[in-house]
Amino acid sequence: MTNTDLLALFIGEVVEEDVSLTLNQISHVCDIPVERIVEIVEEGIVEPYGEDVESWRFQGLCVQRIRFVLRMERDLGVNAAGSALALELLEELEWLRGRVKRLGHE
Amino acid sequence: MEYKDYYKVMGVERDATQAKIKRAYRKLARKYHPDINKEPDAETRFKEVGEAYAVLKDPEKRVAYDQLGSNWQSGQDFQPPPNWDQGFEFRGGDAGQFDAEQFSDFFESLYGHASANGFDGQTHRELHRRGEDTHAKVVINLEDAYKGAMRTITLKHTVLSADGRPQLKERKLNVHIPKGIRQGQHVRLAKQGGAGMGRGEAGDLYLQIEFKAHELYHIEGGDVYLDFPVTPWEAALGTKVKVPTPTGMVEMAIPESSSAGRKLRLKGRGIPGKQPGDFYVVIQIALPPADTESAKAAYRKMKEELAFNPRTHLGV
Repeated sequence: MTNTDLLALFIGEVVEEDVSLTLNQISHVCDIPVERIVEIVEEGIVEPYGEDVESWRFQGLCVQRIRFVLRMERDLGVNAAGSALALELLEELEWLRGRVKRLGHE
Repeated sequence: MEYKDYYKVMGVERDATQAKIKRAYRKLARKYHPDINKEPDAETRFKEVGEAYAVLKDPEKRVAYDQLGSNWQSGQDFQPPPNWDQGFEFRGGDAGQFDAEQFSDFFESLYGHASANGFDGQTHRELHRRGEDTHAKVVINLEDAYKGAMRTITLKHTVLSADGRPQLKERKLNVHIPKGIRQGQHVRLAKQGGAGMGRGEAGDLYLQIEFKAHELYHIEGGDVYLDFPVTPWEAALGTKVKVPTPTGMVEMAIPESSSAGRKLRLKGRGIPGKQPGDFYVVIQIALPPADTESAKAAYRKMKEELAFNPRTHLGV
Protein backbone atom coordinates (compact mmCIF):
# COMPACT_ATOMS: atom_id res chain seq x y z
CA MET A 1 0.00 0.00 0.00
CA THR A 2 2.95 2.29 0.64
CA ASN A 3 4.06 2.47 -2.95
CA THR A 4 0.70 3.05 -4.58
CA ASP A 5 -0.09 5.83 -2.14
CA LEU A 6 2.97 7.71 -3.29
CA LEU A 7 1.65 7.97 -6.82
CA ALA A 8 -1.29 9.99 -5.61
CA LEU A 9 -1.17 13.59 -4.52
CA PHE A 10 -3.60 14.21 -1.70
CA ILE A 11 -5.30 17.55 -1.77
CA GLY A 12 -7.09 18.40 1.43
CA GLU A 13 -9.22 21.25 2.60
CA VAL A 14 -8.11 23.89 5.02
CA VAL A 15 -10.33 23.19 7.99
CA GLU A 16 -10.30 26.78 9.19
CA GLU A 17 -11.41 28.21 5.86
CA ASP A 18 -13.08 25.73 3.56
CA VAL A 19 -15.20 23.68 5.93
CA SER A 20 -18.65 24.62 7.16
CA LEU A 21 -20.87 22.15 8.99
CA THR A 22 -24.52 22.05 10.07
CA LEU A 23 -25.48 21.02 13.58
CA ASN A 24 -26.24 17.47 12.47
CA GLN A 25 -23.02 17.19 10.52
CA ILE A 26 -20.81 18.39 13.35
CA SER A 27 -22.57 16.08 15.80
CA HIS A 28 -21.83 13.20 13.44
CA VAL A 29 -18.20 14.23 12.93
CA CYS A 30 -17.61 14.57 16.69
CA ASP A 31 -19.64 11.43 17.39
CA ILE A 32 -21.73 13.00 20.15
CA PRO A 33 -25.46 13.80 20.35
CA VAL A 34 -26.79 17.12 19.06
CA GLU A 35 -27.74 18.10 22.63
CA ARG A 36 -24.10 17.97 23.70
CA ILE A 37 -23.14 20.26 20.83
CA VAL A 38 -25.83 22.73 21.89
CA GLU A 39 -24.50 22.57 25.45
CA ILE A 40 -20.99 23.35 24.23
CA VAL A 41 -22.30 26.26 22.14
CA GLU A 42 -24.14 27.61 25.19
CA GLU A 43 -20.88 27.52 27.09
CA GLY A 44 -19.45 29.82 24.39
CA ILE A 45 -16.73 27.34 23.43
CA VAL A 46 -17.66 27.38 19.76
CA GLU A 47 -19.74 30.03 18.03
CA PRO A 48 -21.69 29.00 14.97
CA TYR A 49 -22.84 31.54 12.40
CA GLY A 50 -26.58 31.93 11.92
CA GLU A 51 -29.38 33.05 14.19
CA ASP A 52 -31.46 29.98 14.95
CA VAL A 53 -30.41 26.39 15.46
CA GLU A 54 -31.56 25.27 11.99
CA SER A 55 -29.36 27.76 10.23
CA TRP A 56 -26.31 27.25 12.45
CA ARG A 57 -23.08 26.76 10.51
CA PHE A 58 -19.91 25.65 12.26
CA GLN A 59 -16.45 26.42 10.98
CA GLY A 60 -14.04 23.52 10.70
CA LEU A 61 -12.01 24.79 13.63
CA CYS A 62 -14.99 24.11 15.93
CA VAL A 63 -14.38 20.38 15.54
CA GLN A 64 -10.94 20.75 17.15
CA ARG A 65 -12.36 22.75 20.04
CA ILE A 66 -15.21 20.33 20.68
CA ARG A 67 -12.80 17.40 20.64
CA PHE A 68 -10.61 19.21 23.12
CA VAL A 69 -13.62 19.54 25.43
CA LEU A 70 -14.37 15.83 25.06
CA ARG A 71 -10.77 14.86 25.85
CA MET A 72 -10.71 17.09 28.92
CA GLU A 73 -13.89 15.46 30.14
CA ARG A 74 -12.75 11.91 29.42
CA ASP A 75 -9.15 12.18 30.63
CA LEU A 76 -9.39 14.73 33.43
CA GLY A 77 -13.02 14.75 34.52
CA VAL A 78 -13.39 18.46 33.61
CA ASN A 79 -16.88 19.72 32.71
CA ALA A 80 -17.72 21.99 29.77
CA ALA A 81 -17.30 25.21 31.76
CA GLY A 82 -13.92 24.07 33.06
CA SER A 83 -12.81 23.08 29.56
CA ALA A 84 -13.81 26.48 28.24
CA LEU A 85 -11.66 28.14 30.88
CA ALA A 86 -8.75 25.78 30.16
CA LEU A 87 -9.03 26.41 26.44
CA GLU A 88 -8.94 30.17 26.84
CA LEU A 89 -5.99 30.05 29.22
CA LEU A 90 -4.09 27.71 26.92
CA GLU A 91 -4.69 30.00 23.95
CA GLU A 92 -3.45 32.96 25.93
CA LEU A 93 -0.44 30.96 27.07
CA GLU A 94 0.40 30.04 23.51
CA TRP A 95 0.13 33.64 22.41
CA LEU A 96 2.35 34.78 25.28
CA ARG A 97 4.92 32.10 24.52
CA GLY A 98 5.08 33.26 20.93
CA ARG A 99 5.52 36.81 22.13
CA VAL A 100 8.31 35.93 24.58
CA LYS A 101 10.07 34.03 21.82
CA ARG A 102 9.90 37.00 19.50
CA LEU A 103 11.07 39.47 22.12
CA GLY A 104 14.01 37.23 22.93
CA HIS A 105 14.93 37.13 19.28
CA GLU A 106 14.73 40.88 18.77
CA MET B 1 10.69 -7.04 28.95
CA GLU B 2 11.15 -4.44 31.64
CA TYR B 3 9.44 -4.44 34.99
CA LYS B 4 7.35 -1.31 35.57
CA ASP B 5 6.98 0.10 39.03
CA TYR B 6 3.46 1.49 38.85
CA TYR B 7 3.66 2.90 42.36
CA LYS B 8 6.75 4.86 41.43
CA VAL B 9 5.10 6.14 38.26
CA MET B 10 2.22 7.41 40.36
CA GLY B 11 4.52 8.70 43.11
CA VAL B 12 2.63 6.88 45.86
CA GLU B 13 3.61 4.34 48.55
CA ARG B 14 2.77 0.69 48.00
CA ASP B 15 0.16 0.87 50.76
CA ALA B 16 -1.56 4.01 49.42
CA THR B 17 -5.35 4.05 49.70
CA GLN B 18 -7.49 3.93 46.54
CA ALA B 19 -8.52 7.52 47.23
CA LYS B 20 -4.91 8.62 47.37
CA ILE B 21 -4.13 6.82 44.13
CA LYS B 22 -7.02 8.56 42.43
CA ARG B 23 -5.83 11.96 43.63
CA ALA B 24 -2.30 11.23 42.46
CA TYR B 25 -3.63 10.15 39.08
CA ARG B 26 -5.76 13.26 38.62
CA LYS B 27 -2.80 15.48 39.45
CA LEU B 28 -0.41 13.70 37.10
CA ALA B 29 -2.97 13.44 34.31
CA ARG B 30 -3.49 17.21 34.45
CA LYS B 31 0.23 17.80 34.50
CA TYR B 32 1.12 15.55 31.58
CA HIS B 33 -1.99 15.76 29.44
CA PRO B 34 -0.68 16.30 25.90
CA ASP B 35 -3.28 19.01 25.28
CA ILE B 36 -1.84 20.99 28.15
CA ASN B 37 1.81 20.04 28.43
CA LYS B 38 3.81 20.84 25.31
CA GLU B 39 7.03 19.16 26.46
CA PRO B 40 8.05 16.45 24.00
CA ASP B 41 7.88 13.63 26.56
CA ALA B 42 4.48 14.65 27.96
CA GLU B 43 2.51 12.15 25.90
CA THR B 44 4.76 9.26 26.96
CA ARG B 45 4.45 10.24 30.59
CA PHE B 46 0.69 10.61 30.25
CA LYS B 47 0.41 7.10 28.83
CA GLU B 48 2.63 5.67 31.58
CA VAL B 49 0.44 7.28 34.19
CA GLY B 50 -2.68 5.99 32.44
CA GLU B 51 -1.30 2.45 32.38
CA ALA B 52 -0.27 2.59 36.04
CA TYR B 53 -3.70 3.88 36.97
CA ALA B 54 -5.49 1.22 34.93
CA VAL B 55 -3.81 -1.34 37.19
CA LEU B 56 -3.81 0.40 40.55
CA LYS B 57 -7.37 1.69 40.47
CA ASP B 58 -8.72 -1.81 39.90
CA PRO B 59 -8.47 -3.70 43.22
CA GLU B 60 -8.22 -7.07 41.45
CA LYS B 61 -5.45 -6.00 39.12
CA ARG B 62 -3.70 -4.21 41.95
CA VAL B 63 -3.68 -7.24 44.26
CA ALA B 64 -2.37 -9.40 41.42
CA TYR B 65 0.34 -6.85 40.67
CA ASP B 66 1.29 -6.72 44.35
CA GLN B 67 1.74 -10.51 44.26
CA LEU B 68 4.80 -10.01 42.10
CA GLY B 69 6.46 -8.65 45.23
CA SER B 70 8.20 -5.40 45.92
CA ASN B 71 11.73 -6.46 45.16
CA TRP B 72 11.58 -5.56 41.53
CA GLN B 73 13.26 -2.41 40.28
CA SER B 74 11.85 -0.27 37.53
CA GLY B 75 13.44 -1.28 34.24
CA GLN B 76 14.69 -4.63 35.57
CA ASP B 77 14.35 -7.53 33.14
CA PHE B 78 11.09 -9.25 33.90
CA GLN B 79 9.23 -12.45 33.04
CA PRO B 80 5.95 -13.18 34.79
CA PRO B 81 6.21 -16.27 37.00
CA PRO B 82 4.26 -19.24 35.62
CA ASN B 83 0.59 -19.23 36.60
CA TRP B 84 1.18 -16.04 38.51
CA ASP B 85 -2.39 -14.91 37.98
CA GLN B 86 -4.00 -18.15 39.06
CA GLY B 87 -7.01 -17.54 41.18
CA PHE B 88 -7.57 -14.01 39.96
CA GLU B 89 -10.45 -13.09 37.82
CA PHE B 90 -10.00 -9.93 35.84
CA ARG B 91 -13.17 -8.37 34.77
CA GLY B 92 -11.24 -6.29 32.34
CA GLY B 93 -13.28 -3.56 30.94
CA ASP B 94 -12.22 -0.19 31.92
CA ALA B 95 -8.67 0.48 31.05
CA GLY B 96 -10.95 3.13 29.71
CA GLN B 97 -9.72 6.14 27.91
CA PHE B 98 -6.42 4.81 26.73
CA ASP B 99 -5.74 3.07 23.49
CA ALA B 100 -5.09 -0.39 24.73
CA GLU B 101 -2.45 -1.11 22.12
CA GLN B 102 -0.37 1.67 23.60
CA PHE B 103 0.07 -0.08 26.90
CA SER B 104 3.47 -1.63 27.48
CA ASP B 105 4.48 -5.24 26.85
CA PHE B 106 4.78 -5.51 30.61
CA PHE B 107 1.10 -4.69 31.03
CA GLU B 108 0.09 -7.10 28.29
CA SER B 109 2.14 -9.95 29.73
CA LEU B 110 0.27 -9.55 33.00
CA TYR B 111 -3.23 -8.75 31.94
CA GLY B 112 -3.32 -9.70 28.29
CA HIS B 113 -4.30 -7.51 25.40
CA ALA B 114 -7.98 -8.34 25.62
CA SER B 115 -8.16 -7.20 29.20
CA ALA B 116 -6.84 -3.80 28.23
CA ASN B 117 -9.24 -2.99 25.46
CA GLY B 118 -12.26 -4.01 27.37
CA PHE B 119 -13.90 -6.33 24.88
CA ASP B 120 -13.43 -9.54 26.80
CA GLY B 121 -16.34 -10.95 28.66
CA GLN B 122 -18.80 -9.19 26.40
CA THR B 123 -20.97 -11.10 24.01
CA HIS B 124 -19.47 -10.85 20.62
CA ARG B 125 -21.43 -8.76 18.21
CA GLU B 126 -20.66 -7.26 14.91
CA LEU B 127 -19.39 -3.75 15.28
CA HIS B 128 -19.54 -1.04 12.71
CA ARG B 129 -17.72 2.00 13.78
CA ARG B 130 -16.21 4.91 11.97
CA GLY B 131 -12.42 4.88 12.09
CA GLU B 132 -10.61 7.29 14.36
CA ASP B 133 -9.53 10.66 13.11
CA THR B 134 -5.78 10.85 13.19
CA HIS B 135 -3.54 13.86 13.59
CA ALA B 136 -0.08 14.69 12.41
CA LYS B 137 2.11 17.78 12.28
CA VAL B 138 3.70 19.07 9.13
CA VAL B 139 6.51 21.60 9.26
CA ILE B 140 6.72 23.89 6.25
CA ASN B 141 8.75 26.90 5.20
CA LEU B 142 7.27 30.36 4.98
CA GLU B 143 7.88 30.28 1.23
CA ASP B 144 5.59 27.23 0.95
CA ALA B 145 2.71 29.28 2.31
CA TYR B 146 3.36 31.96 -0.31
CA LYS B 147 3.48 29.58 -3.26
CA GLY B 148 1.84 26.33 -2.18
CA ALA B 149 3.98 23.19 -2.03
CA MET B 150 4.07 19.45 -2.06
CA ARG B 151 5.28 17.51 0.96
CA THR B 152 5.87 13.82 1.40
CA ILE B 153 4.93 12.91 4.92
CA THR B 154 5.59 9.69 6.78
CA LEU B 155 2.90 8.52 9.13
CA LYS B 156 3.39 5.85 11.75
CA HIS B 157 0.28 4.05 12.83
CA THR B 158 -0.65 0.86 14.57
CA VAL B 159 -2.68 -1.82 12.86
CA LEU B 160 -3.92 -5.07 14.29
CA SER B 161 -2.36 -8.06 12.57
CA ALA B 162 -4.27 -11.27 11.86
CA ASP B 163 -3.54 -12.66 15.35
CA GLY B 164 -4.85 -9.49 16.96
CA ARG B 165 -1.52 -8.03 18.00
CA PRO B 166 -0.74 -4.41 17.29
CA GLN B 167 2.00 -3.64 14.80
CA LEU B 168 3.63 -0.37 13.87
CA LYS B 169 3.31 0.44 10.18
CA GLU B 170 4.74 3.26 8.17
CA ARG B 171 2.93 4.94 5.40
CA LYS B 172 4.01 7.71 3.08
CA LEU B 173 1.67 10.27 1.58
CA ASN B 174 2.21 13.06 -0.90
CA VAL B 175 0.26 16.01 0.33
CA HIS B 176 -0.45 19.32 -1.30
CA ILE B 177 0.12 22.28 1.01
CA PRO B 178 -2.27 24.97 -0.19
CA LYS B 179 -1.06 28.48 -0.88
CA GLY B 180 -2.11 30.87 1.87
CA ILE B 181 -2.01 28.38 4.73
CA ARG B 182 -1.38 29.93 8.14
CA GLN B 183 0.47 28.77 11.22
CA GLY B 184 -1.63 26.35 13.26
CA GLN B 185 -4.24 25.73 10.57
CA HIS B 186 -5.29 22.22 9.69
CA VAL B 187 -5.56 20.44 6.37
CA ARG B 188 -8.12 17.67 6.40
CA LEU B 189 -7.67 14.64 4.19
CA ALA B 190 -10.99 12.85 4.15
CA LYS B 191 -10.89 9.12 4.92
CA GLN B 192 -7.11 8.95 5.33
CA GLY B 193 -7.33 8.41 9.09
CA GLY B 194 -7.79 5.19 11.03
CA ALA B 195 -9.61 2.30 9.36
CA GLY B 196 -13.23 1.78 10.32
CA MET B 197 -14.55 -1.34 12.00
CA GLY B 198 -16.92 -3.54 10.08
CA ARG B 199 -18.67 -1.43 7.48
CA GLY B 200 -17.76 1.82 9.22
CA GLU B 201 -15.85 4.22 7.03
CA ALA B 202 -12.31 5.39 7.66
CA GLY B 203 -11.68 8.46 9.79
CA ASP B 204 -10.05 11.64 8.54
CA LEU B 205 -6.45 12.65 8.73
CA TYR B 206 -5.77 16.13 10.08
CA LEU B 207 -2.46 17.78 9.32
CA GLN B 208 -1.54 20.64 11.58
CA ILE B 209 0.65 23.18 9.85
CA GLU B 210 3.69 24.56 11.65
CA PHE B 211 6.14 27.02 10.18
CA LYS B 212 9.81 26.35 10.55
CA ALA B 213 11.42 29.32 12.34
CA HIS B 214 12.76 31.65 9.66
CA GLU B 215 16.10 33.39 10.08
CA LEU B 216 14.80 36.71 8.76
CA TYR B 217 11.05 36.85 9.20
CA HIS B 218 8.64 36.18 11.96
CA ILE B 219 5.02 35.44 11.36
CA GLU B 220 1.84 36.41 13.14
CA GLY B 221 -1.26 34.97 11.52
CA GLY B 222 -1.07 36.18 7.94
CA ASP B 223 1.30 39.04 8.70
CA VAL B 224 5.04 38.77 8.20
CA TYR B 225 7.55 40.94 10.05
CA LEU B 226 11.12 41.80 9.19
CA ASP B 227 13.50 43.54 11.58
CA PHE B 228 15.28 46.06 9.42
CA PRO B 229 18.43 47.88 10.59
CA VAL B 230 19.09 51.40 9.33
CA THR B 231 21.78 53.96 10.12
CA PRO B 232 20.96 56.94 12.36
CA TRP B 233 21.20 59.33 9.37
CA GLU B 234 18.95 57.13 7.22
CA ALA B 235 16.36 57.15 10.00
CA ALA B 236 16.74 60.90 10.54
CA LEU B 237 16.88 62.10 6.95
CA GLY B 238 14.89 59.42 5.18
CA THR B 239 16.12 57.33 2.28
CA LYS B 240 15.24 54.66 -0.25
CA VAL B 241 16.28 51.09 0.58
CA LYS B 242 16.02 47.59 -0.84
CA VAL B 243 14.04 45.21 1.36
CA PRO B 244 14.05 41.41 1.00
CA THR B 245 10.54 39.88 1.11
CA PRO B 246 9.60 36.23 0.62
CA THR B 247 8.54 37.10 -2.93
CA GLY B 248 11.68 39.03 -3.80
CA MET B 249 13.34 42.41 -3.33
CA VAL B 250 11.21 45.51 -3.14
CA GLU B 251 12.19 49.18 -3.01
CA MET B 252 10.88 51.07 -0.08
CA ALA B 253 11.09 54.60 1.26
CA ILE B 254 12.18 55.15 4.85
CA PRO B 255 10.48 58.42 5.82
CA GLU B 256 12.52 61.08 7.58
CA SER B 257 12.40 61.23 11.39
CA SER B 258 11.75 57.50 11.70
CA SER B 259 12.30 56.24 15.22
CA ALA B 260 13.34 52.75 16.30
CA GLY B 261 10.41 50.32 16.37
CA ARG B 262 8.44 52.18 13.68
CA LYS B 263 6.52 49.76 11.51
CA LEU B 264 6.27 50.36 7.80
CA ARG B 265 3.55 48.37 6.12
CA LEU B 266 3.57 46.83 2.67
CA LYS B 267 -0.10 46.11 2.26
CA GLY B 268 -1.06 42.67 1.01
CA ARG B 269 2.51 41.38 0.86
CA GLY B 270 2.12 39.00 3.80
CA ILE B 271 0.87 35.46 3.37
CA PRO B 272 -1.66 35.41 0.51
CA GLY B 273 -5.26 34.29 0.93
CA LYS B 274 -8.83 35.52 0.83
CA GLN B 275 -7.68 38.15 3.28
CA PRO B 276 -4.01 38.48 2.45
CA GLY B 277 -1.70 39.41 5.29
CA ASP B 278 0.58 42.45 5.31
CA PHE B 279 4.33 42.69 5.34
CA TYR B 280 5.86 44.87 8.04
CA VAL B 281 9.32 46.38 8.06
CA VAL B 282 10.29 47.13 11.67
CA ILE B 283 12.89 49.88 11.85
CA GLN B 284 15.91 49.26 14.04
CA ILE B 285 18.59 51.85 14.39
CA ALA B 286 22.16 50.56 14.28
CA LEU B 287 24.95 52.69 15.70
CA PRO B 288 28.19 52.92 13.78
CA PRO B 289 31.17 51.87 15.92
CA ALA B 290 33.45 54.65 17.16
CA ASP B 291 36.58 52.67 16.44
CA THR B 292 38.59 55.18 14.45
CA GLU B 293 39.76 58.68 15.20
CA SER B 294 37.56 60.17 12.48
CA ALA B 295 34.50 58.26 13.74
CA LYS B 296 35.14 59.59 17.23
CA ALA B 297 35.48 63.08 15.80
CA ALA B 298 32.09 62.68 14.10
CA TYR B 299 30.48 61.66 17.38
CA ARG B 300 32.13 64.59 19.14
CA LYS B 301 30.74 66.91 16.50
CA MET B 302 27.24 65.49 17.07
CA LYS B 303 27.67 66.06 20.78
CA GLU B 304 28.52 69.72 20.16
CA GLU B 305 25.92 70.34 17.50
CA LEU B 306 22.90 68.44 18.84
CA ALA B 307 21.26 69.36 22.10
CA PHE B 308 19.83 65.93 22.60
CA ASN B 309 18.75 64.45 25.91
CA PRO B 310 17.06 61.03 25.55
CA ARG B 311 16.34 60.97 29.32
CA THR B 312 14.01 63.94 29.79
CA HIS B 313 11.17 61.58 30.71
CA LEU B 314 13.32 60.23 33.58
CA GLY B 315 13.66 63.73 34.97
CA VAL B 316 17.45 63.81 34.59
